[in-house]
Amino acid sequence: MSVVFEKPKSLTDAVLHYCPGCTHGIIHRLVAEVIDELGIEGETIGVAPVGCAVMAYNYFTCDFVQAAHGRAPAVATGVKRSDPSKIVFTYQGDGDLAAIGTAETVHSAARRENITVIFVNNAIYGMTGGQMAPTTLPGQVTQTSPYGRDVETVGYPVKVCELLSNVDGAAYVERVAVNNVKNIKNAKKAIKKAFQNQIEGKGFSLVEVVSTCPTNWGMTPEKALEWVDEKMLPYYPLGVYKDIYAEEEAK
Amino acid sequence: MAKVTFKTDLCKGCSLCVGACPKGIVKLSETKLNAKGHHPAEVTEPEKCIGCAFCATMCPDCVITVER
Amino acid sequence: MSEKVLMKGNEAIAEAAIQAGCHHYFGYPITPQTEVAAYMAKRMPKIGGTFLQAESEVSAINMVIGVASTGKRVMTSSSSPGVSLKAEGISYLAGCDLPAVVVNVQRGGPGLGGIQPSQSDYFQSTKGGGHGDYRNIVLAPASVQEMASLTVKAFDLADKYSMVSMILADGTMGQMMEPVSLDVGEVKTYEKPWALTGTKCEREHNIVNSLYLKPEELEVKNFERYEKYKSIEENEVMYEEYLMDDAEVCVVAFGITSRVAKNAINEARANGVKVGMIRPITLWPFPKKVLADAADKCKAFICVEMNMGQMIEDVELAIRCKKPVYLCNRVGGMIPSPEEVLAKINEVNENGGAF
Repeated sequence: MSVVFEKPKSLTDAVLHYCPGCTHGIIHRLVAEVIDELGIEGETIGVAPVGCAVMAYNYFTCDFVQAAHGRAPAVATGVKRSDPSKIVFTYQGDGDLAAIGTAETVHSAARRENITVIFVNNAIYGMTGGQMAPTTLPGQVTQTSPYGRDVETVGYPVKVCELLSNVDGAAYVERVAVNNVKNIKNAKKAIKKAFQNQIEGKGFSLVEVVSTCPTNWGMTPEKALEWVDEKMLPYYPLGVYKDIYAEEEAK
Repeated sequence: MAKVTFKTDLCKGCSLCVGACPKGIVKLSETKLNAKGHHPAEVTEPEKCIGCAFCATMCPDCVITVER
Repeated sequence: MSEKVLMKGNEAIAEAAIQAGCHHYFGYPITPQTEVAAYMAKRMPKIGGTFLQAESEVSAINMVIGVASTGKRVMTSSSSPGVSLKAEGISYLAGCDLPAVVVNVQRGGPGLGGIQPSQSDYFQSTKGGGHGDYRNIVLAPASVQEMASLTVKAFDLADKYSMVSMILADGTMGQMMEPVSLDVGEVKTYEKPWALTGTKCEREHNIVNSLYLKPEELEVKNFERYEKYKSIEENEVMYEEYLMDDAEVCVVAFGITSRVAKNAINEARANGVKVGMIRPITLWPFPKKVLADAADKCKAFICVEMNMGQMIEDVELAIRCKKPVYLCNRVGGMIPSPEEVLAKINEVNENGGAF
């Protein structure tokens, strides 16, 4: 018998602080598996966000810098410009990337900054206890939308992949999910491509991972996976939103 | 022939592995409690395991190692 | 480059930074400092460095954090409203103990204020600006030559103490042209074992971080940082004394106002008034001791400032309010004239000294 599945070596032995059933843990593992498979652990520098994943620096074995809320793509730009031979990735949530850090997100994409962005969308602010996020669904109840998100007064969710698909500089933008084994396999492929692109100098690659927040959604982890299928994915359809190299090949 | 082992003390009892198992053999223990106070996941009928690693794929906490 | 060249103050800062080994610059246009960015945009591509115009001052300072975390020398520059936007990043640099140089070519405020020179960011630079307990080293140049030499000094101090050094200039200093030598001498380099350079799978990962959820750990970090600040206060104070040997009235001024004050002092001396000046070059650490000593000899102090009286508080503290301290100021982008300063010197010389 041989081992067919174990913890990737690019993850430390630190116990993840995430709530039971939170899919951050799956996404961390996928990133670490990709780092292992590409053999880039010693050359990778991560940028941690503010939010639930703030302590990502404790979980990956590579060098890490913790950025202010929303500023991870700007910090990553500095790291990458300092040493373009390093593989630089950010790991950000929806509040971080799509609200307070919208400018940094859009402009790092516009510059085709050669970085990899892992964007975890679970439609809520998790760390602060479940407030409305830029990606909270219409009608979704949160602590700061207690009667459900009313689009008449607070507007509509931001669809990051659709938005970035219109930014010329963005090289590769894909939305994936991690709510079942099949989706997880696809998510890993996308994450691997986003890192591979950077290694090949192809420029800004972002993978949006539709994730869960059982605690703040107020449901069991298993129910949360179903909620992704029922509510999240119809609003945030999976797929490749931009891939300039595939488009060029197709021509 | 396949084998799954659980780092029981890392398990948070979220049961995502339970729903992922195509053979329905992963369960949360009804009797044991781990160091965190959760009922940890375990395999009830190991001989039925096909080593598909679906349970490990769904586990957010790297609790499960699969051998085949 | 020992011969002198004629340069604008803003350009002198930019070239001196490059000479000091800064090959990464991030900026955003704002009057009256834009020449720094324009100069960097021309020079950096020629030396294989990075010039990047960010989408905001917020983004620029965070790009600075990125480069600083890899251990390389890096700078950003702005003017007052832009420095307010950088305050968050400056606090993070302090919390992460990262070295960087931030240039503020001040203009009038608050708000959008004006575009004429000012010194009204004294509090912001020396007392914080961002959140949390921290200090910046603050250097105040009073000539184009000092714009260059203090920039070089700022990089050295930033690396030596792993913290932010700020150049606090103003619109006049930025725009004026003077001959300047860019001979920076030998540039010292510092070991940075904490830098993010990739582990090469040969060492534990380095983490650059300002988050400490355990209060006892955060307290220790703050105490340690203030031990460092204490040693800076003991070792790095810089000031200029002008005609202080027999002075009875002591003018205190920094940057452009110190030049105006010098003219007024010369005029007053010609009329037999015993007046001198202490010019702080480091605004933090503030030259407390020389001022305290002066308080034993002088009967009164005059702060000449282009703000509503900010440095005056530090002067009063430094001399423990032993002698009266008067304010001679203009604000809103106005510069005090030598005549105004002279009138204040004469008034204080005749009536000052008594509380």
